[in-house]
Amino acid sequence: MLSQFPLLSLVIWAPILGGIGVLFVGDDSPAKARRLALVASIATFVLSIPLWTNFSLGTADMQFQELYPWIPGFKINYHLGVDGFSMPLILLTTFITVLVVIAGWEVIQYRVAQYMAAFLIMEGLMIGVFAALDAILFYVFFEAMLIPMFLVIGIWGGPRRVYATIKFFLYTFFGSVFMLVALMYMYFKSGSFEILAFHNLKLGMTEQVLIFLAFVGAFAVKVPMFPVHTWLPDAHVEAPTGGSVILAAITLKIGGYGFLRFALPITPDASASLDWLILGMSLIAVVYIGLVALIQQDMKKLIAYSSIAHMGFVTLGFFIVFSILRATESTSGAAMGIGGGMVQMVSHGFISGAMFLCVGVLYDRVHSRQIKDYGGVANTMPVFAAFMVLFGLANAGLPGTSGFVGEFMVILSSFKGSFWIAFLASFTLILGAAYTLWLIKRVVFGEVVHQHVAELQDVNAREFTILAVLAVAVLALGLWPQPLTDVMQASIERLVQHVLVTKL
Amino acid sequence: MQTVYLSLVLAPLFGAIIAGLFGRQIGRSAAHWVTIIGVAISFLLSLAVFKHHVIDGAPAYNATVYTWMVIDGIRLEVGFLVDSLTVMMITVVTFVSLMVHIYTIGYMHDDPGYQRFFSYISLFTFSMLMLVMSNNFLQLFFGWEAVGVVSYLLIGFWFKRPTAIYANMKAFLVNRVGDFGFLLGIAAVLMYFNSLDYQDVFHAAPLFANAKMQIIPGVEWSVMTVTCILLFIGAMGKSAQVPLHVWLPDSMEGPTPISALIHAATMVTAGIFMVSRMSPLFELSTTALSFVLVIGSITALFMGFLGIIQNDIKRVVAYSTLSQLGYMTVALGVSAYSAAVFHLMTHAFFKALLFLGAGSVIIGMHHEQDMRKMGGLRKYMPITWFTSLLGSLALIGFPGFSGFYSKDSIIEAVHASHIPGSGFAYFAVIVGVFVTAFYSFRMYFLVFHGEERFHHHDDAHGHGHDAHHDDDHGHGHHGGTPHESPWVVTVPLILLAIPSVIIGGKTIAPMLFGDFFQGVIHVAPEHDTLHHLASEFHSALGMAFHGLLTLPFWLAMAGVGSAYYIYMKRPDIAEKTRAKFAPVYRLLDRKYGFDDFNQAVFADGSVVAGKALWKYGDAGLIDGVVVNGSAKTIGWLAGVVRHVQSGYLYHYAFAMIIGLLGLLTWIVVR
Repeated sequence: MLSQFPLLSLVIWAPILGGIGVLFVGDDSPAKARRLALVASIATFVLSIPLWTNFSLGTADMQFQELYPWIPGFKINYHLGVDGFSMPLILLTTFITVLVVIAGWEVIQYRVAQYMAAFLIMEGLMIGVFAALDAILFYVFFEAMLIPMFLVIGIWGGPRRVYATIKFFLYTFFGSVFMLVALMYMYFKSGSFEILAFHNLKLGMTEQVLIFLAFVGAFAVKVPMFPVHTWLPDAHVEAPTGGSVILAAITLKIGGYGFLRFALPITPDASASLDWLILGMSLIAVVYIGLVALIQQDMKKLIAYSSIAHMGFVTLGFFIVFSILRATESTSGAAMGIGGGMVQMVSHGFISGAMFLCVGVLYDRVHSRQIKDYGGVANTMPVFAAFMVLFGLANAGLPGTSGFVGEFMVILSSFKGSFWIAFLASFTLILGAAYTLWLIKRVVFGEVVHQHVAELQDVNAREFTILAVLAVAVLALGLWPQPLTDVMQASIERLVQHVLVTKL
Repeated sequence: MQTVYLSLVLAPLFGAIIAGLFGRQIGRSAAHWVTIIGVAISFLLSLAVFKHHVIDGAPAYNATVYTWMVIDGIRLEVGFLVDSLTVMMITVVTFVSLMVHIYTIGYMHDDPGYQRFFSYISLFTFSMLMLVMSNNFLQLFFGWEAVGVVSYLLIGFWFKRPTAIYANMKAFLVNRVGDFGFLLGIAAVLMYFNSLDYQDVFHAAPLFANAKMQIIPGVEWSVMTVTCILLFIGAMGKSAQVPLHVWLPDSMEGPTPISALIHAATMVTAGIFMVSRMSPLFELSTTALSFVLVIGSITALFMGFLGIIQNDIKRVVAYSTLSQLGYMTVALGVSAYSAAVFHLMTHAFFKALLFLGAGSVIIGMHHEQDMRKMGGLRKYMPITWFTSLLGSLALIGFPGFSGFYSKDSIIEAVHASHIPGSGFAYFAVIVGVFVTAFYSFRMYFLVFHGEERFHHHDDAHGHGHDAHHDDDHGHGHHGGTPHESPWVVTVPLILLAIPSVIIGGKTIAPMLFGDFFQGVIHVAPEHDTLHHLASEFHSALGMAFHGLLTLPFWLAMAGVGSAYYIYMKRPDIAEKTRAKFAPVYRLLDRKYGFDDFNQAVFADGSVVAGKALWKYGDAGLIDGVVVNGSAKTIGWLAGVVRHVQSGYLYHYAFAMIIGLLGLLTWIVVR
């Protein structure tokens, strides 16, 4: 199904071209650069809406496909397309980027044009990652995307930004090298770089295990899963607010997406026999990381650890299918797990983005991320406090907010696989509430003890708008997730069927 | 009818949104009007619904409002089930809520968070209605957590107080421990029934009566036992059963109106409601029922003891609530669900009355909560005094009062039960009668009778209880003479006193022995304890007269008498007893050590574990050994990066393009 209108290309290249345009405007006229960046990001968001409104439900086939030869000698194609997994993530990307541009409006005064351009270019590259159906095209976007993020942390970051960027770079680089090898291997086997062709490629068990581990290396770092998660707290702490938002809301999702697009369908037998590895790492993320989050003194670190714990539900939901099959000899419940993981990704995009923006609002005023420097913020910033409590409760998985939906689905699904998996996963109810509410208690509630807190000004119209938009998103998805799950339905069902068929 | 049910639920939500989001713009009185009108609409509609279902005999209503999601072939929906149980609950909830709304005008009169408070209590009403009107487990869980959140917000309403923001976090977390079980219970329901709709589940339940599951390999457990106990753990959190009761006494940090509404009349009874709703499931597992019974008995008896030694007027009522919730749970355990719900209803009225009465005393005493500084208030606050007396009589089960009918039915049902644990339960509820009467009238006498102890504390006033003065309202701080509260406070007291006295006698016949709960509450024939009572029941009046001759009545009288003798005539006895049984007193004073244990093991333990994992796991092993192990590499790279970093963005863009080209060249040339 080739669409006549190259919508996906437009959504990928519009922000990149916009970003280059912003660079040409230059740092000398920041007001112009900001305005252009805003126009470009909003235009991209508007362009991406037809992906949803014109999306055909009921088919798992790729939609809005575009296929042009790129390097014909090696059968490398410029092949784009989306299904129920990638389309929501593209919309999430275009949506969050608009907010990030607005969030950096007055806050960034240093090299404004370059800052805005970095985010716009990154947006295009991340959409490219989600839309690519050619393995090399995917890999190029996947790697290129790191560069703007690397710069955002390196230039606008905090005092330890060099350490953080190197750690970030090393982790992700070592992760993806092996994936490249795996992709090359499959190219030699299949004679093509088509990802969908890889899905149907027969592979022996040893091959599958090695390829699977290569994928785990690449994507577990991105998610990030225990024990390859330690780059994330450092990266978040040093990144400027916008960088943290993109990192948490979008970049992490690429890891989860990779498991769905590559690891599960390409190596189903290895996934089935090594699922304990992913399940174990996911559950450690929930319990271990939950405890570690509890004792953080830095707000951003706390939210970063909370992100890792929440992303544990994503991988848990994706890989629970094999336990369910073994325990019940049926796949009933597997779709709920994968769907739950997907909903969790979108929801985490909203909530973690909102939490980092909340920290940004405080940081812009007080220039500290330490919890002990706050307390009693509700006295001077009541509107902000209401937002932060709402997002905190969403982070703790309150029903009626999006944070509940994914966790609920994954816990219910994993109960079918094993009581004990569900038992350990459910610890998030307690730990998630404990670290979030303790943060809220120490930051928002209480008497004002610091002079700088007493002098705080409540959110301005710009900050209010961003937080309100996210609040609406969090509540809408929590109260009515059906539109999202309907979009994914066909893709989930096909994936569940696909992973059941052995490739041996 | 759907419009009626929807309006009934949404009217308080609408009020809450207006008062919450636009409170500052619309001002104080508009905020209380919009929420009161919202709740009043709900109350009037629930009366209409009551007439429709109960008096006109319309069948139960069960329909979907909208589909939340469809996944895996399972429809998760939001919908309403309105039957006699629901009708009773919504009528009680909206009535008590309306009373509390009106009362709040007086109680929170000068509080700076006036609009916010009204918004919260209306939001609570909405959440509670969602909970009781649900026709499925998903929405039940939504309401369940939503009332928990509003409770969290309200306990911490005075967010400057360290004790309040500690208490609200504690309440939420302890409830989350309960929800931990509850959610697993829901997961078990989904696994075996493949649906979360009540009707589907209850229909299919008998098929699983003998189903087994293995949680620990090799050990077979009944599916229904596991499911029911998991669900009940949720009820233990919300309905504050031992050992998850620890949050309720601390929740008294919240303003008194919400102690009445949330922490006495409605939210804490959600667990009782839930188990009654799930009677088709619980009836399939005698083991689960025994578990429920024993937990309830422990709560009923041991929480009552704690009421005896409290000096804070609100805490006495709080422990009394715990004990009464224990009674309801006991009734659930012996399958007397209708007696549990009946007690839930009468308790909602008289306990809301007692709390609001206590609140009125607190206002009258200028924010003094210590009973040792009260006494003789009868002549200063006649309406509060008389209504509180009525409430206390209802609480101790004086024949003819509402509480008598419900509590006596529970005691008799326990007596008739033969499931494991019923012997202990009978002992607990019988002794509990004496204890209840003793602490209730200890409070009554200390507050309303005897010498006036407050005059001596005129000067000290305002220092001893600083924490409670912050922002309550501006009534006081001057003058120690108590005064009767304004009409917005006393009218709700009177309106609650009426059902506290009469509702039990009026409704016992249909609710316990009639067909009110026909088709709603299921009781297996071998568990049917109320059946025995039915044969002896002739009329409410007859039961009251017969009540004068029974053991519980004389125990209650003994309790009242001892309280009178000890606290009115011979105050030295209390002192001597305390000295003589110092270890017992210490045990009670430390609330059996639950709080200390939880703090030391769970709270501090988690922090220690978190620190250890962070220090040795993340920072030590992963970063220290693995990542930074190649420190030299990093140092070298750092030099390179520092160099690169000094450049401009087009340098990076250039580097990026070079990198991409390099990659492609490698692919092409290789």
